[in-house]
Amino acid sequence: MSASLPAVSRLDQPAQTVVGTLSSRVSLPRRHSLQEAMWGWALIAPALIFLVVLFFLPVIGVFVIAFSDWQFGASSLSFVGLANFREVIFDEGFRASLINTVVYAVMVVPGTVLAGLLIALLIESSHSCRALYRAVHFLPFMATATAMAISWEALLHPTIGLINHSLAALGLPVANWLRDETTALPVLAVIGIWQNLGYAMVLFMAGLKSIPLDLYDAAEVDGADHWLDRLRTVTTPMLGPVSMFVVIVVALRAFETFDTVQILTQGGPGHSSEMLLYTIYRESFEYLRAGYGAAVAIVFLAIVVALTLLQVGRMDKRVHYQ
Amino acid sequence: MSAIRLSPTAAILRHGVLVLTSAFILVPFVWMVSLSLKSPGEIFRATFSVLPAQFYGVENYAKAITSVPLPRYMGNGLLVCALILAAQILVCAPAAYALAKLKFWGRDFIFAMVLVGLFLPHQVLSLPLFILCYKLDILNTYLALVIPYVVSPFGIFLFRQFFKKIPNDIVHAARLDGLCELAIVWKIMVPMALPAVIAFSIFSVVAHWNDLFWPLIAVRDGNLMPAPLGIMAFKNEEAGNDYGPLMAASTLVVAPLLIAFLAAQKWFVEGMTGGSVK
Repeated sequence: MSASLPAVSRLDQPAQTVVGTLSSRVSLPRRHSLQEAMWGWALIAPALIFLVVLFFLPVIGVFVIAFSDWQFGASSLSFVGLANFREVIFDEGFRASLINTVVYAVMVVPGTVLAGLLIALLIESSHSCRALYRAVHFLPFMATATAMAISWEALLHPTIGLINHSLAALGLPVANWLRDETTALPVLAVIGIWQNLGYAMVLFMAGLKSIPLDLYDAAEVDGADHWLDRLRTVTTPMLGPVSMFVVIVVALRAFETFDTVQILTQGGPGHSSEMLLYTIYRESFEYLRAGYGAAVAIVFLAIVVALTLLQVGRMDKRVHYQ
Repeated sequence: MSAIRLSPTAAILRHGVLVLTSAFILVPFVWMVSLSLKSPGEIFRATFSVLPAQFYGVENYAKAITSVPLPRYMGNGLLVCALILAAQILVCAPAAYALAKLKFWGRDFIFAMVLVGLFLPHQVLSLPLFILCYKLDILNTYLALVIPYVVSPFGIFLFRQFFKKIPNDIVHAARLDGLCELAIVWKIMVPMALPAVIAFSIFSVVAHWNDLFWPLIAVRDGNLMPAPLGIMAFKNEEAGNDYGPLMAASTLVVAPLLIAFLAAQKWFVEGMTGGSVK
């Protein structure tokens, strides 16, 4: 989630950022430099202390726990190398969890990005009801996931749920969606798309707004009369970098899915809908297997870091399009 | 795209698709409110309609408020969100000012630390943070819900971006007027960066009002549970069979943010994406 920040702010206000950088280069009077440095340290000290205690020491802590035999309540520990990781990798539950998370992301990311793009293009193609449609599609992104998961559970209820009622009325087969190994994960993916497509939509709408209108005029002069031609020659190439960014942010959100798993399936039936964050939570805090939980957390961190670096790598290229 | 005029066919097609996708988005909300107004008998009946045949809303909402301490859960959520936000602004604004406007040894390194913090998924830190709270003996207190979030790398980053845009002349003028650096932060920078403060506040409150992961780890006591954890406990207790009151409780938890969102859409979209995040 937070990974997206720098990129979008660049997207929104390129001009102002440049002005900011220039004016900050005009330095403050030199005779105050010692005083200024002391103020600097004084003002940043609380944030720095909390950053170290609440972010950096815990990261080190996760690694220490993952590479040692520490257990809850133990007063000493010894390093055991990769033992925890070996246990994790040979555990069927973890492999299922990792595969499920990837499969879930593979369903959620294209679904969310394509739906978000389509809806953004449709909404922006005319003024009629624009604000209403935008507001409606953004609702799930704001709504408390725990509460909405409870509503989804009622919708998916095998006997009294709206979904089975509707399917039965149409003469289609019904299912016990959340208690069936083949449907549990796809159903969670549909809910994931439902939650995130409004987010993808607003990011694409920001991207669309940043395309200079001159380009459309130029395309029209060059003979792109049909909207499809303009979509092909201007919109699609200009949205390329934004799309890459949306893909990565949505992927990060998909990997961080927890609430719907916890409320709707608890990873079941069997391990069929277990995902990484749920595994981290259950192993660490319900089964109290600290070493195992920390090892899974590090696998999870590695995936998130890889996705983030992919995005940082793309950030510089975006400049060409502005 | 905004300059394009659609043909009548295209306009109808546009509304057709968007009405369909809107319906997909709205069904869980409508269903939630609908069930919250129905009697148990009607919920378990084979036929169904959106509007209740017999209005049972008073009973369901009364049960959600009295038999479950829902007002308590929501009060806890409000308190925790307020404490987190106040702490974040108090800690982040001065730090952002130092990073944006002051020169001191180690500044670039600290900013790099902020950026690394920005990319760290908080859930990875939960095990050490749990141990930290245990050592401080604050598990199962409000403090445990607040402490891990008192500094927000996103907050520092966003405020720094805005503070950098404020001309240095204004800072010089304030110094000539005899303001100390701390006074400049609170009397000049923060008021001038009010849009950033509002956007960040929305981001922070939405994230923490909705959070389930950390409260699930940090508190067991029903009196301390924020809203999502509270309705989860309610659901488990009722074994998911008392749908009316459960849906009433869910509606009440979702409602404040949605009403605020509909009242201030632009700010919310900005807060959730404008600096962008989550």
